[in-house]
Amino acid sequence: MDETVLKEYGRDALLRDAPTDDAALHVGHKAHHTGLTIDIVKEISEVKNEPDWMREHRLKSFKIFESKPLPAWGPDLSRLDFSAIVGFVRPKGKENIQPNKWDDVPDEIKNTFERLGIPEAERKFLAGASVQYDSEVLYKSLRKSMTELGVIFTDMDSAVREHPEIVKKYFMNKCVPASDNKFAALHGAFWSGGSFVYVPAGVKVPMPLQIYFMMNYPGFGQFEHTLIIAEEGAQVQYIEGCSAPHYTKDSMHAAVVEIFAHKNSRVRYTSIQNWSTNVYNLNTKRAVVYDDAVMEWVGGTLGSKTTMLYPCSMLMGRGARAEHLNIAVAGAGQVKDNGAKVFHMASDTSSKIVSKSICKEGGVVRYRGKLFVAKNALRVKSNVRCDTIIVDSKSKAETIPVMDVRGKDAVIGHEASVGRISEEQLFYLMSRGIDAEEALSLVVRGFIEPIVKELPLEYAVEMNRLIEMEMEGSVG
Amino acid sequence: MELLEVKNLKVSADGKEIVKGVTLSVQPGEVHVIMGQNGSGKSTLLNALAGHPKYKVEGEANFSGKSLLSMKPHERARAGLFLAFQSPNEVPGVTLFSFLRRAYVARFGREVSVAEFEKIMSEKMRLLGMEKSFAERGVNEGFSGGEKKRSEMLQLAVLEPKLAMLDELDSGLDVDALSKIADTIAKIRKSDTSLIIVTHYARILKGLKADRVHVMRDGKIIASGKGELAARLEEKGYSWIANAASDAE
Repeated sequence: MDETVLKEYGRDALLRDAPTDDAALHVGHKAHHTGLTIDIVKEISEVKNEPDWMREHRLKSFKIFESKPLPAWGPDLSRLDFSAIVGFVRPKGKENIQPNKWDDVPDEIKNTFERLGIPEAERKFLAGASVQYDSEVLYKSLRKSMTELGVIFTDMDSAVREHPEIVKKYFMNKCVPASDNKFAALHGAFWSGGSFVYVPAGVKVPMPLQIYFMMNYPGFGQFEHTLIIAEEGAQVQYIEGCSAPHYTKDSMHAAVVEIFAHKNSRVRYTSIQNWSTNVYNLNTKRAVVYDDAVMEWVGGTLGSKTTMLYPCSMLMGRGARAEHLNIAVAGAGQVKDNGAKVFHMASDTSSKIVSKSICKEGGVVRYRGKLFVAKNALRVKSNVRCDTIIVDSKSKAETIPVMDVRGKDAVIGHEASVGRISEEQLFYLMSRGIDAEEALSLVVRGFIEPIVKELPLEYAVEMNRLIEMEMEGSVG
Repeated sequence: MELLEVKNLKVSADGKEIVKGVTLSVQPGEVHVIMGQNGSGKSTLLNALAGHPKYKVEGEANFSGKSLLSMKPHERARAGLFLAFQSPNEVPGVTLFSFLRRAYVARFGREVSVAEFEKIMSEKMRLLGMEKSFAERGVNEGFSGGEKKRSEMLQLAVLEPKLAMLDELDSGLDVDALSKIADTIAKIRKSDTSLIIVTHYARILKGLKADRVHVMRDGKIIASGKGELAARLEEKGYSWIANAASDAE
């Protein structure tokens, strides 16, 4: 491993050195931390009855948050209101949570639930109108079978209490330190909830672990922290989120995901995000991948107002491999600034990035990628493919791939395509009896199929239905 | 009653008139052949009848007694009109099977289960001598010219149209492949399916007996006749018919 390069190009710089394109954005200081005080940080830690080290971590993170500027690149965040955030950190337990009133949930969201056939209980939960989700039983039985394998699958708050030695070793130090970026620092100070997965050496978890079963604690969704550790030779698949729209009043979502894929292990992280369109979705997700381990990211970003998301793989060990697959859909008023980052820090490492974006009704979608190959990393292979469909002339797509290749014999492939759905293509489908709307959704489904086929069946079905609904009314 | 009745049809694109008043009448089960040089307006005529959005169409066209020009392309298809494209578009990621299943549901207006449709497909594919795996490929995705033609023929066989219009059937095919395709069409065609075939070569007609042959030139039908017209055309060339037509005027 190239320590100098890592330092120079390392974790702290992962976001900072990203390309600058838009006008720099500065959220002024008008809303500066109106409610985000150090007292709240202390209170959270106290209510959670945390050990000193975690309390220290929060306080240190808070200082960094205060001192760090917002990123000077990327989408416009000037309407992000930090003062609104604190109102939703309620560290006082379930009884104090005020659920959203069902009547307040926008009709648009209700209709979507209806059409997707989401069960009643889940609808209320997804709309934030219920803080309890009645799959707790299922979750418990799942947890029992996991325990027998030595797998730890629990919420992050419990992990801090019950497995401090593991959490302390990995939590926000090697992978995503609080100093990484402003939102990671904010997260470090205010994090709550999320999940913790620990798979012992050689254990292959037989079924995907789904956080869907775990969304039953208060404060879910805003600053959740996910930590996944696969020891040597372990295998695990983890699925987060759901394709059904997830309504929240929260104005911002700043999650952190940290993954450690040790030697010869294999981790697949699948995440489907469909927040309601008032949410700024600003996440930091990163994996550290050791010798001959395989890290796979499968993602779909459908909802939110603005998303900044660039899952990152740090290929630290010889033979490590990363695969990044992502679908992004940007509709009216939405900005999807997303992509992938891969750092090839060792020889014989390889990566594959496939990004499929769709923009319509004035939506903006931007692929922002970063590929780095260290000087002494030999025989590196990487292949990047980003395809975009622009449905109408109001919408906008950009591709900003940055490559910094220092290893001499790296083989790098990059392909990008930006296309409109052609009149000819739609006419062909229509000439077989398929109406215009269905024709459009069929073309789009075909376009994202290489990624959808990697999703578990129920997600794939839901994803396809959602795409169909998204495409309705897109035909002039 | 005529299946298709076209009266004084004019088709233009980007303000330029391409088809300049065509009149044509097709009875159920009839085979019509349209011949003519490149740019004579043959393909434009077929595409306009199928409802291609880029054309402005004037005149009259009735299909099974209904006004075709007021129908959208998918409505024309559901009514039993089919266009086999000269160079059909790719629809990557959508299998021929799932595409055709949707088309089948649209054409016949009834749901069909995957298992039921598999039966229909395997029967038609056997008839066409196709491998089953062909239907699992993306629609026209990476197909050779010959494969695209075969895919169009499979669609024709499955959708059982009342009128199939075959655009530039011979393009990209050698003589052997062409006569094979003609045999295939003869085999899959229902006895009451009418055909309009656009071709440069009459060779195709060996497997398909043409009831009427039309010659187009500069957006008009300048001559119509029985099958022997095609043979004479092949022998004497287009200038012969052009001269004959202008002599008649």
